[in-house]
Amino acid sequence: MTQKQTLFDKLWAAHEVVRREDGEALLWVDRHYVHEGSFHAFSRLAERGAAVAEPDLTFAVADHYVPTRAPRKNIANPELARMVRQLEDNTATHRIKLFGLDDPRQGIVHVVGPEQGLTLPGLLIVCGDSHTSTHGALGAYAFGIGASEVAHVLMTQTIWQRKPKRMRISIDGQIAPGVAAKDIILAVIAKIGAGGATSHAIEFAGSAIRALSIEGRLTLCNMSIEAGARCGMIAPDAKTFDYVKERPAALKGPAFEQAVDAWSKLTSDEGADFDREVALDARHIVPHVTWGTSPEHALPVVATVPDPMKEPDPARANDLRDALGYMGLHAGTKLTDIAIDRVFIGSCTNARIEDLRAAAAVLAGRVSKVPGLVSPGSSAVKRQAEQEGLDRIFRDAGLEWGESGCSMCVGINGDIVAPGERCASTTNRNFRGRQGPGARTHLMSPAMVAAAAVTGHLADVRPLLASRKP
Amino acid sequence: MEKFTRLTAAACPLDVANLNTDQLLPARYLKWPRSAGLGKVLLQDLRIDSEGRERPDFPLNRPVWRGAKIIVGGRNFACGSSREAAVYALYDYGIRCVIAPSFGDIFFGNAVQNGLLTAVVDDAAVAEIIATLNGTPDMPITVDLEQQTVLCGNRSYRFAIDPACRLRLLNGWDDIALTESFRDKVVAFKKEDAGRRAWARPVLTK
Repeated sequence: MTQKQTLFDKLWAAHEVVRREDGEALLWVDRHYVHEGSFHAFSRLAERGAAVAEPDLTFAVADHYVPTRAPRKNIANPELARMVRQLEDNTATHRIKLFGLDDPRQGIVHVVGPEQGLTLPGLLIVCGDSHTSTHGALGAYAFGIGASEVAHVLMTQTIWQRKPKRMRISIDGQIAPGVAAKDIILAVIAKIGAGGATSHAIEFAGSAIRALSIEGRLTLCNMSIEAGARCGMIAPDAKTFDYVKERPAALKGPAFEQAVDAWSKLTSDEGADFDREVALDARHIVPHVTWGTSPEHALPVVATVPDPMKEPDPARANDLRDALGYMGLHAGTKLTDIAIDRVFIGSCTNARIEDLRAAAAVLAGRVSKVPGLVSPGSSAVKRQAEQEGLDRIFRDAGLEWGESGCSMCVGINGDIVAPGERCASTTNRNFRGRQGPGARTHLMSPAMVAAAAVTGHLADVRPLLASRKP
Repeated sequence: MEKFTRLTAAACPLDVANLNTDQLLPARYLKWPRSAGLGKVLLQDLRIDSEGRERPDFPLNRPVWRGAKIIVGGRNFACGSSREAAVYALYDYGIRCVIAPSFGDIFFGNAVQNGLLTAVVDDAAVAEIIATLNGTPDMPITVDLEQQTVLCGNRSYRFAIDPACRLRLLNGWDDIALTESFRDKVVAFKKEDAGRRAWARPVLTK
């Protein structure tokens, strides 16, 4: 008799090469994405004189250290130039396809993979970056790994894993206008906590998830890691197949039809067991912002800054006090009274074309009260946005229109927020110093960042959108 | 990789929830090769203020804990970024074991690859250990991986660790060698899988 399986069970089973008695399994890796940060792993290979086992399943992208506001042909900063050159050298040595700075397909690895059609339903995908969970949006098992594991995958095309527990997060009902995938995932993290899904594989399900576009699903799965999850995924459906079909690397004709037949089976069986179930009502989700230094510090924008005195658990009260101190905020302040110094629209979370359109819809005909940078998720997104005239809207609003890369999400290419400055950001981490030492980050959706830009403070985007209606 | 069996050493409490890997090693040091000495910038922005002075109240700056080999941390220790260099920074500083109620999954995997023990004890036990350390900061504690115990003062706490990871640490095993022993199975899987999931091969015009 066949046991009822979850989507995750099916993906796991399809990749199991060996299962040891102690429960660890050796899994086959279908795609391995690398970037400049993978240099530790390549050094490991060099030390051993080892070769890359499957260069054709390995793809490299220059994203973490690339300039977005300065010439990219001859990078002026020698340290950035060295990081990019190191990746070029390592990928050339091992005959790995690189989407480098001279390639029109360059962009952030988690935008490029799905965009180019390298990420597909049913695949096991790893990358030395925690936001690899993004790719689960297409029905893949995708997770971030460290440098030792990157080296192991380069050398063997396999990885040892213990099977995570299975968590289903069901979100039913229709989301309201002005509410985005980012608001859904911030609401989820606020509910379960930054460690709420640790050691779990999340499957997002429910009518609100099915209603999301593929790009919205990518945003949702991207931030699974911010809830501590090993990975996040969504069962592939007709929307997924249509998306994949349009990609440059799409399978054609009967090969594509055969693939769709296989992918259609990638759903959780009716009555399959999950280790944990969480449910949210989509109708109750409103635009969210973070006020503190962990993604779990998220609240509806209409709320006030929390009061540590009202927190019964002393450890949590301390945590709140520390966060408020770092953020320079006082309990009881209305979130919409928090003035900002700059905005950033970018990152693997929220820099796809729909994100840029959502921000532009708010900014069109308006002016930003603060400086800011827009960094498209990929060079292809940049071209598309320019074709649609979105770059003009951003420029006319007073924002800088940059090139594609990780940019001000992690700040290692030099795009940083100054100490003490407050940034409304479409990124994924509001950690202390994430956008630069002393920087204060508030996470929100692209439309909410645009609303913060035009008002100069954290703001509810809904009235700004409503006023647009004829 | 160095083996871990038993360790008696000073233990520094870091009673912070969700202490992420960006704090353990700020991103601006990610381009450093390990040989540059990542240990000296461990927890840099929490240890050092914006003027470049040590914060005397930060636990790891206190003389009694400066040479600690054990950290006792809060829930979801080392969540966030997958940067393995956060483990290098801890290890190269001299830390060999972190005790906490829970860890970020990716960090946990990275730690075991580098001989750093992550010992999971419950919230109440962590609170007790931290209270004991705050009372008697110079008292060393003992972590025994074979017995899976933490000895702190007159109390003994059992800790949890994945059994496969425990064996890796006890023996200093390297995964590459282990995987090599399954090479035939990998070759067979690849061949069979190519027939079963032909669509999984990437089609990319170069």
